[in-house]
Amino acid sequence: MSLDVRVVVPGRVEAAFTSPLGETVAVIGPNGAGKSTLVGAVAGLVRAGGHVRLGKEELTERTVRDRRIGFVFQDKLLFPHLSALANVAFGPRSRGTPRRAAEQTARDWLERLGIGDLAGRKPGQLSGGQAQRVAIARALATDPQLLLLDEPMAGLDVRVATALRIELAHHLAAYGGTTLLVTHDALDALTIADRVLVLDEGRVAQFGTPAEVAAQPATEHVAQLVGLNVLRDGDHFTAFPPSAVNVSLDEPAGSARLHWRGTVTNAAPHGEALRLRASTESGPELIADVTPAAATELSLAPGRAVWLTVKETAVRRY
Amino acid sequence: MSSDRLGRPPALLIVPAALATLLLVVPLVSLVARTPWRRLPELLFTEEVGLALRLSLLTSTVALAVCLVLGLPLAWFLARTDFPGRSLLRALVTVPLVLPPVVAGVALLAAFGRTGSVGGPLRDLTGITLPYTTVAVVLAHVFVSMPFFVISVEGALRTADPAYDAAAATLGATRWTTFRRVTVPLAMPGIVAGLVLGWARSLGEFGATITFAGNFPGTTQTMPSLVFVELQHDQEAARVISLVMLAISIGVLTLFRDRWLGTP
Repeated sequence: MSLDVRVVVPGRVEAAFTSPLGETVAVIGPNGAGKSTLVGAVAGLVRAGGHVRLGKEELTERTVRDRRIGFVFQDKLLFPHLSALANVAFGPRSRGTPRRAAEQTARDWLERLGIGDLAGRKPGQLSGGQAQRVAIARALATDPQLLLLDEPMAGLDVRVATALRIELAHHLAAYGGTTLLVTHDALDALTIADRVLVLDEGRVAQFGTPAEVAAQPATEHVAQLVGLNVLRDGDHFTAFPPSAVNVSLDEPAGSARLHWRGTVTNAAPHGEALRLRASTESGPELIADVTPAAATELSLAPGRAVWLTVKETAVRRY
Repeated sequence: MSSDRLGRPPALLIVPAALATLLLVVPLVSLVARTPWRRLPELLFTEEVGLALRLSLLTSTVALAVCLVLGLPLAWFLARTDFPGRSLLRALVTVPLVLPPVVAGVALLAAFGRTGSVGGPLRDLTGITLPYTTVAVVLAHVFVSMPFFVISVEGALRTADPAYDAAAATLGATRWTTFRRVTVPLAMPGIVAGLVLGWARSLGEFGATITFAGNFPGTTQTMPSLVFVELQHDQEAARVISLVMLAISIGVLTLFRDRWLGTP
């Protein structure tokens, strides 16, 4: 029994995957990779060719309503004229549950998400994190057979997102249904998901467990998300951590086989170190960790021309 | 004011703007200024004015109800669905907006007159004739005010994000439930604005009404028709009745402005 999806939206997405029922699949990829289009098509909100099968059920020809999905939208789309309680009760009531029972269900869900005391508030009176909790409660209150979350942490500040991520993992585990989670955050993908689907330019670049994807990323984007440099040559990948990259101003002498001339494009603190992003003349964008002392000594700021070298012993090939 | 920092408004804009203001304001001020206050009670509290006022309020309110019940679904179809000929339909709906009211009256006669394309068969089947009845007044009002309502509400429905409809569908709502519980509440300010616009158009309707329904006190003589009649022999009476209509219009405008129309 599995979720079997094939989505074709000409010019934007052509992707297929199969995942066991009850699992959480994280969909990651850069902006414009087609993540939202993919989940939109699974929900029936985006017109697409292909098929969507959930276990024995064929959802392809069904209307959005009849697919029995839960959808958490990127911009939440809480009904602004209804209270948090009425928003969450909207689903059960639409499915024919009497008003009182629907409101009781809604109250239970708000409690479970820790916002029972906000039931009477309108969406405009909620903070970003609170509104996202209401949106998650609203989607789960319909008891969907398939839950779709489109960047549920987008637009939340880091502290709120971290707290919500932990809760979300907890709720998804309790939910037990099949989940598609669109995210641009490696943490979401690696901590919450059972499987990771990597989209690149509308196509599936990789589909595997979080451990597989983190250890052997198939795209530069994912590699950077998980903090690895990955060079691709046909079917062969060369990976090395940013800490193994040596940065210098002069062309390195000696035997180092892997070296590039590049320009620093970004520098930001990363733990004890300073993480540099550099574009290279020969193509790949690399990340390198240097000590603050070295960064000061070499004046490593965006725009600075540098040489990047990697010791062969730090490289993994697959 | 921040615009002052960009320099004084140019005279080329000040002069026409001032003229426009005068053109709009002077007639209204004159109407109030030339009111025969001493004769006002005797001119106002007559049976004719009472009948016309009652009829005007009745017909414009019924017309409004018809606009709401029939026009709201039409506006929804124009804003939310896709079907062949939708642009043509929208164009047809807007025609009465630009049609001279008297032509609207003639068109209504051609359709619902005694020998009209609908009126003829209706009379043969049921013996009912519409022209020169209160129903005809309502029909005329609906014909001229429905386009105002539909176009205004369609605009409001388009501004209300259709993504909310999608959200409602994922929650299991039928399109009817979505219409009732999401679309209409979100578009409510626009719907009320459309009702006010339509009602004002209906209250002031004269040309189509007098052509199609006539001018009989008590059954088809509305306030504008009465003003027209009074103007022939007693201009002061015409001004007093006009003042009442001005007061009603301003009253409605201020009543809804703060709550719904959103402009100070």
